Amino acid sequence: MTVAVDDRAREIVDEFALFPDWMSRYEYLIEMGDDIPPIDDEDKTDAHRIHGCQSKVWIRADYDEDRGVLMFRGDSNAKITRGLAALIIRVLNEQPPAVVQKADFDFLDEIGMREHLSSQRSNGLAAMIEQMKDRASQYA
Amino acid sequence: MPTTAPTPATFDVDRVRQDFPALRQEVYEDTPLVYLDNAATSQKPESVIDRLNRYYRSENSNVHRGVHRLSQNATDAYEEAREAVRSYINAAATEQVIFTGGTTESINLVANTYGQRLEAGDEIVITEMEHHANIVPWQMLRDTRGIRLKVVPISDDGVLDLDALNDALTDRTRLVSVVHISNALGTVNPVEDIVDLAHDRGIPVLVDGAQSVPHGPIDVQRIGADFYCFSGHKMCGPTGIGVLYGRREMLESLPPYQGGGDMIEEVTFEKTTYADLPHRLEAGTPNIADAIALGTAARYMEELDPEAVGTHEADLLAYATERVRSIDGLRVIGTAPNKASVLSMAFEDLHPYDVGTILDRLGIAVRTGHHCTQPLMQRLGLPGTLRASFAFYNTRDDADALVDALETATTMLR
Ligand SMILES: Cc1ncc(COP(=O)(O)O)c(C=O)c1O
Repeated sequence: MTVAVDDRAREIVDEFALFPDWMSRYEYLIEMGDDIPPIDDEDKTDAHRIHGCQSKVWIRADYDEDRGVLMFRGDSNAKITRGLAALIIRVLNEQPPAVVQKADFDFLDEIGMREHLSSQRSNGLAAMIEQMKDRASQYA
Repeated sequence: MPTTAPTPATFDVDRVRQDFPALRQEVYEDTPLVYLDNAATSQKPESVIDRLNRYYRSENSNVHRGVHRLSQNATDAYEEAREAVRSYINAAATEQVIFTGGTTESINLVANTYGQRLEAGDEIVITEMEHHANIVPWQMLRDTRGIRLKVVPISDDGVLDLDALNDALTDRTRLVSVVHISNALGTVNPVEDIVDLAHDRGIPVLVDGAQSVPHGPIDVQRIGADFYCFSGHKMCGPTGIGVLYGRREMLESLPPYQGGGDMIEEVTFEKTTYADLPHRLEAGTPNIADAIALGTAARYMEELDPEAVGTHEADLLAYATERVRSIDGLRVIGTAPNKASVLSMAFEDLHPYDVGTILDRLGIAVRTGHHCTQPLMQRLGLPGTLRASFAFYNTRDDADALVDALETATTMLR
């Protein structure tokens, strides 16, 4: 049984609530990047590249047919972007495609990272989410 | 501590800052704005903001065709703005000042008019440090007309190779199109020498002056270029308005750009005769309000003491450059001997985007990325830079805030 998306989001919100200011929250975000399920170097290709970011970001999605869930891996050459990718992957990893498609990210507001969601922000968080949902739609 | 000479007292930066309301704000809680993204766009003085407001509140009407009082007033104000810009760049006559939407449109206007006389095999010479606005319009001509684009290299410190430029000129060269001041590196190119080189061989020159007009008045006659392009929004004016200056014979030789109202003398279904300059190149209702406010901006900038502005900006650049060098793993990108107040930086082990994001949270507005000069970034082997660009209204305190923030950011990220 996988933990529901909302529960994972709640968990993240609770963790971030432990930090008193934006600086420690960013430091925590950057640390989260170290826990991202790593993508192989040979998978860092255009096929997995998220476009619309100043930095390079790759996210690979694989469908686990037995369990009916999506497995995500990723990386970025920028630490904040990698942290954001890790955050999103943590919420969506090992979820069924239909759940990934419907996931919302309102919790970003609560952890003070909402500003990154604007499509004008060049870290491509919105593009990452869009591409992950797009992959999910291929299996839904 | 740095040993750069103190700013002379003749330039009262604290007083000048009072003119810019946007400089007085907090961008996050308890975090005042330190605006160092001036190469992208400048802030606007109260007088420019008021001018826009006044135009729309009490003068708004269409220009050049009304018999009524309001229209005459607006026409006068619009043409006075042209005169203010003429004076700012020391053009010989107001007809040589064409209002456009900005640098980009000015260059595209030239590409679409002057470009019509180019044939397959003709050559246009540009440089490795051009903004995309001075690359893509020529590539489009290459694709439609079969012209060739030649790119003059730069050195690692960002200096244009003049010998290579000279060697690039051939019998087929129809235009040299160069940036005056590089927005990504700050390099000031010797445009007068470049014009001489080209004119010796009868080749016209376009200068992209987007980054020079923000630093004070220029003299297009002394520079001698055939075309000089710039944007209002980088010199304290509004967005959406810019200028194409041209040598008279050159402008007169151009075919019309867009067809429509205002650019004609007489229209029948058989034949149309065109208006004289400058209107021939300004089809349709122009951007009246922004042009008028650009005139105000030009007057505002012209009233600043140019020498004092120059000294102040040079001091800011020298001071900031020296101070940022103390930051571990930071490299200044663009170290030409002759530089404007643009400070591009790269980090050994950090992505400029990460550093810029932390700086933003600390209230420091800088730009990260390729600065619309992707070929230049490829040439330098960089994913992008973090660029702090100083205006005359910035202070050493701003530079100190930048350095403090860079120290915080690099510590957080390492
Ligand atoms: C050197 C240079 N050329 C051209 C441009 C384009 O100006 P605009 O976007 O105002 O047309 C810019 C602005 O970024 C610039 O810095």
